Amino acid sequence: MASTIRIRAVASGDTTEVQALVQHPMDSGFVKDAQGNLIPPHYIEVVEFEHAGKPVFTAYWGPAVSKDPYIKFSFKGAQKGDDLTISWVDNKGATDSLVGKIQ
Amino acid sequence: MDKKNVRKQIRAPRGQTRRTIVQVAIAGGLAGLGLAGTAPFGRARAAADAANWPKDAFAQKTEADAIKALCGGKTPEASDKVNLDAPEIAENGAVVPISVSTTLPDVTSIAILVSENPFPLAANYPIPPGTLPMVANRLKMAKTSKVLALVASGDKVFSASKEVKVTVGGCGG
Repeated sequence: MASTIRIRAVASGDTTEVQALVQHPMDSGFVKDAQGNLIPPHYIEVVEFEHAGKPVFTAYWGPAVSKDPYIKFSFKGAQKGDDLTISWVDNKGATDSLVGKIQ
Repeated sequence: MDKKNVRKQIRAPRGQTRRTIVQVAIAGGLAGLGLAGTAPFGRARAAADAANWPKDAFAQKTEADAIKALCGGKTPEASDKVNLDAPEIAENGAVVPISVSTTLPDVTSIAILVSENPFPLAANYPIPPGTLPMVANRLKMAKTSKVLALVASGDKVFSASKEVKVTVGGCGG
């Protein structure tokens, strides 16, 4: 099964730049479907990035984050070849995680 | 007739092997999923953190209330050290690229609010030490609105804002 997460982490010097894409509908709860029924809210609440067992970045999201969310951030102290763990959990309790390599 | 039978015999085992291969593959996939689920971090970690999701702040319906819930009574000060990068005009309100960076020291969190959205708080990023105070993401905007970036630095909160014109709203309708 393909993961919902795609990640690209590139280390240059001391700083690692991380870009990640998550496949998720991010329904806000305000949009109607073709029959005019409201689509209930369904969105990612928390995304967490971990390096060497320590959280390096956490995102708290509301329903206003776009569909198939994109995130970019940078952190210090990682080396090329290190593992970076990403996990998310949404408001319905669904979750996914992925271990990526820092390039 | 004989030929046909032979062919059938050949075909049957082949079909079976194929089926077994598929079954094994499915089982393997499920096992993989199960393993991922029991991994020490990943699921457990994010699930643990879901408890910290600032529910109150995200539930506020006005900008002022969201700021109050988020900053705990502190009043944000406008600062030119907070750099909010957003387009002047967003053609598609469903996907507005917004990034925030700052040169302020000791940044502990960055939050982005869209004032005219039904729930103004769009995203909140706690920044642990060692992580640069910079974040880029894409947000939905219901209509033309002020976008506000809040940066908690030391024991103060600083802000920057920008008006973004939205041609097509990102809330369907």
